[in-house]
Amino acid sequence: MDLALTAEQSQLAETCRAFADRELKPHARRWDREHHFPAEAVHKLRELGLLGVAIPERWGGAGMDTVAYALAMEEVSRGCASTGVIMSVNNSLYCAPVNRFGTDAQKEKWLAPFARGERLGCFALTEPEAGSDAAAQKTTAVRQGDSYVLNGSKNFITNGPNAAAVLVFAMTDMSKGHKGISAFLVPEGIPGLVRGKPDDKLGITASQSCSLFFEDCRIPAENRLGAEGDGFKIAMSTLDGGRIGIAAQALGIARAAFEEAVAYAKERKSFGAPIADHQAIQFMLADMATEIDAARLLIWKAATLEDQGARHSAESAMAKLYASEMANRVTNKAVQIHGGYGYLKDFDAERHLRDARITEIYEGTSEIQRLVISASVLKD
Amino acid sequence: MDFALTEEQRAVRDVARRIARERIAPRARDLDRSHTYPSEALRELAELGLLGVNVPEAYGGSGAGAVAYAAAIMEIAEACCATSVVTAVTNMVAEQIVAWGTEAQRKAWVPRLTSGAAVAGAFALSEPQCGSDAAALSTTAVRRGDRWVIDGAKQWITSGDHAGVVLVWARTGGPGPKGVSCFVVEGGAKGMAAGKPEHKMGLNGSSTVPLVFDGCEVPADRLLGEEGGGFRIAMSALDGGRIGIGAQAVGVLRACLAASRRYARDRKAFGKPIAEQEAIRWKLADMATELAAAELLVFRAASLKDLGQPFSREASMAKLFASEAANRATSQAVQIHGGYGYLDEFPVERYFRDARVQTLYEGTSEIQRTVIARQILR
Repeated sequence: MDLALTAEQSQLAETCRAFADRELKPHARRWDREHHFPAEAVHKLRELGLLGVAIPERWGGAGMDTVAYALAMEEVSRGCASTGVIMSVNNSLYCAPVNRFGTDAQKEKWLAPFARGERLGCFALTEPEAGSDAAAQKTTAVRQGDSYVLNGSKNFITNGPNAAAVLVFAMTDMSKGHKGISAFLVPEGIPGLVRGKPDDKLGITASQSCSLFFEDCRIPAENRLGAEGDGFKIAMSTLDGGRIGIAAQALGIARAAFEEAVAYAKERKSFGAPIADHQAIQFMLADMATEIDAARLLIWKAATLEDQGARHSAESAMAKLYASEMANRVTNKAVQIHGGYGYLKDFDAERHLRDARITEIYEGTSEIQRLVISASVLKD
Repeated sequence: MDFALTEEQRAVRDVARRIARERIAPRARDLDRSHTYPSEALRELAELGLLGVNVPEAYGGSGAGAVAYAAAIMEIAEACCATSVVTAVTNMVAEQIVAWGTEAQRKAWVPRLTSGAAVAGAFALSEPQCGSDAAALSTTAVRRGDRWVIDGAKQWITSGDHAGVVLVWARTGGPGPKGVSCFVVEGGAKGMAAGKPEHKMGLNGSSTVPLVFDGCEVPADRLLGEEGGGFRIAMSALDGGRIGIGAQAVGVLRACLAASRRYARDRKAFGKPIAEQEAIRWKLADMATELAAAELLVFRAASLKDLGQPFSREASMAKLFASEAANRATSQAVQIHGGYGYLDEFPVERYFRDARVQTLYEGTSEIQRTVIARQILR
């Protein structure tokens, strides 16, 4: 058992922490209020190599491991959860599957510029009528000569308004159910791909999501990722990795809320003493710190398994389930510690609570994680 | 980063697993029903080196470290919580004598513990009027020539009526933590008497007794560490002890998950196994997730201890989280078993009773939160 970070991993965490303190934290509240897509922050993520952390250098990435990626996600999300999700979608949901399932020719075109961060990618699986039940896809891709023609609609697509490419899932054979799903790479701006207006959300308001409509959208057959019928497998294995990213995002949000709560508790006085002297506050802080550590260990464990090439569906589901629910408890307590000020937009506590809320929903709801975990428990 | 146990740690775990499954688990229900102290299991554990897992081989231990110790306690507790607590306390007492004793003290006392000759070790800190607030203890030790005379009463002493080696904390100076010293007292010493075993809610196989000291004289060389250094010994012992109780809670969590999984697959309702109902599956998923987190917190604290790094905050987190999670899990395990969960025909009602003490002893959850908060706010 060795829980120490490597020198490279600690250095990356340190760099990301400093970056978040300097470039994200001071602006996050304004970006949230103005629903401002933080293009300047994304540009800096690119300079730091954070848009393809675990992608090989050959394909434009930083060539680091999943533990490093989780550390970077935690630190960036601690500075700004919206920037965290923009980063996570490009890393986990776009670059990772293209790296894993793409041919070299596909990687040249569809991976390298994205892993370098020159362009952003997005992941289009969810549909208005198919969220957790991803096999209930209605979008179709019909082969015509050496093209596919896509029809259907996708929604809740994070980075949809900003992305240069979409990894989209569509039915190539309805009769086969989830085995009839295939994955495709679609560039933005081609005829037949229409983007809806950005969603108006409860939190992570500086990141953008939208619906995507495919109307007789024709793409070359060479844009198919993997074989026909591999789509569901690609989607599920992508989500296993994606869950580590979202778990780390939740952890970062929780840490931000916790650190601010500690600072506030030391400063704010009641009944003649800093509220940090009251047991009621101390015990909340102790529970927050304990749960934060538990979440981080679950994340590191899942990330380590991924780095070792071992199966980790149950472990990443546990990390995602625990970290997201933990972040909701912790951000809620941070609001409580701030009292009425926690409810005001003059502090960050309320934003953290709103930002944390999505982590229990996207990349598989808590209910889906429990389904994955219980299946693994009952299989043993 | 690597979460796997080393070969040596795995070997200790495997030895513990085998005796736990073959010898300890089959006796667990009977010990509980008949309130029988696990003397036989202790002898067997001693033979396998499991009464001194983190004690150097020179003193009869296994010298395998704190992670191996935690792994062993998890296995034993999964089989029988009562056996695991007397095992854990014995290990802890042996470790303290190694850590704070002179070479002569180590040689005199530690092999007795690790070999099983002493049956068990006991840790006498708590008093009727002072539990969490240990610095307020009122038992006294007065120096008379080359002897110390101990007077006072101790409470909640696990194995107090069986242990051949008892660590006793007593006031040798003024009020507060700096007036406290620690002594090694031999079981059966004149002037030390065990009261009758408490009737407890759980952990019936372990014995919990009051100890009364009435002019109990011990030679001067029984002082462990420095005069006035006792509080520090107690606190450092409890840091390690918390890893033990955290590991014990992990054992209970594992036992709960295994029993619940088995029952949920077998039991049918509404035409299918209850394992197919989401209401049941969700409980299993939460139990498995909290088990994974508890295990990681315990192993992290133990691995810091092995590295010689500070681990007090981490041990408190591990103990707090694991014991609270074990209590949630045992309650859910009873729920999954329905009415059968309330009968002693199934083990989960025992798990429920056994887990309840884990948020109380070796520092209540409230004390753990105080320790953690103090470090956060420092």
